[in-house]
Amino acid sequence: MTNPIDLAARATPAPVSRRIRGLSDRAIAWIFVAPTIFLLLAINIFPLIWTVRLSFTNYAANKPNAEVKWVGLRNYQRILTDDGIWATMQTTAHFLFWTLLLQVVIGFTLAWLINRKFRGNDLLTTLIVIPMMLSPAVVGNFWTFLYQPQIGLVNYVVELLTGTPASSFSMLGPGGLAPWSIIIVDTWMWTPFVMLICLAGLRSIPDYIYEAAEVDRASKWRQFWTITVPMVLPFLMLAVLFRGIENFKMFDMVALLTGGGPGNETLLTSIDLKREAFEKWRTGYSSAYAIILFVTVFGLASIYVKALNKVKER
Amino acid sequence: MTGFLSRFLTGLLRLRRGPWETLSTILIALGVVMLMQPFALWAFTWSFLVTLTGTVMFIITSHFPE
Repeated sequence: MTNPIDLAARATPAPVSRRIRGLSDRAIAWIFVAPTIFLLLAINIFPLIWTVRLSFTNYAANKPNAEVKWVGLRNYQRILTDDGIWATMQTTAHFLFWTLLLQVVIGFTLAWLINRKFRGNDLLTTLIVIPMMLSPAVVGNFWTFLYQPQIGLVNYVVELLTGTPASSFSMLGPGGLAPWSIIIVDTWMWTPFVMLICLAGLRSIPDYIYEAAEVDRASKWRQFWTITVPMVLPFLMLAVLFRGIENFKMFDMVALLTGGGPGNETLLTSIDLKREAFEKWRTGYSSAYAIILFVTVFGLASIYVKALNKVKER
Repeated sequence: MTGFLSRFLTGLLRLRRGPWETLSTILIALGVVMLMQPFALWAFTWSFLVTLTGTVMFIITSHFPE
């Protein structure tokens, strides 16, 4: 029986095989990796360096022939003393705080319930994780329909439960409900993700620890607080960091649901950045804004990687 | 507490990765909190510098020996 590698070697044209035979394994590896590295440099690194450069200028992309002036740190100074951007950061913080809190509480509870053995467990898990498999664009569109004051299911249910007429309020309109509406949608979509991570944490706890606790006559409540919670905590932290980073960058779903409105009630940083860059065409200013957001996300990602390594060491 | 603090300070002086990474992490977290807090504009103004310092410090100190 001939080895497939020998067959491949025999099938390789002589000039090619002669050229390849002279190369080390390391050189061949570099040849394979080089196109990816080149693409990465061209698509990720070069635009990043270019954005850093633009952030120190007054460049406007809609005026390509205008003179570009070097303004130093003025863009950064203006952003970091701007009340409007500060308010946008607070809107983002409100969104982050409530989505993370709700997702952790509901996700952990669901994981804890699913971790018990019962009939239909697998089917229920599959049903619960469906929302996170959907595209944010699809989610944004169908929740817009659910939130419709006249024909939407949400207003109808509220009317049924409280007696408030369905057309008397709008979840996405003025009245202060819009920030909560986007929190509800994000929680609905991403709680299953937190649940899955918590479930992985719960399943990694060996049974013998609980058996030892039973022998020591520890109550279920004590077992929960001294075994379950501490052992799931690194996984939970991982989920919080991951969701925190993702929600800090949140754009698509909120842009489709509210577009940052009504007024500036749901104006998250990424939507504000898009307005500055492609509606007001302040490219230099928005580049500085993007760099500030990038450094924040990069910092959080560093903590995330550190937490990930700690979980791996366990 | 005192033991932890002395170990932490010794680690910093001996340029060990653990304590320096912890310090960078604290700086990054502090920067993010300063960026998003609703209480003082000065904290928002200085937040970027704190986060940037923490992030650069993290990149450098993650190459320190254990």
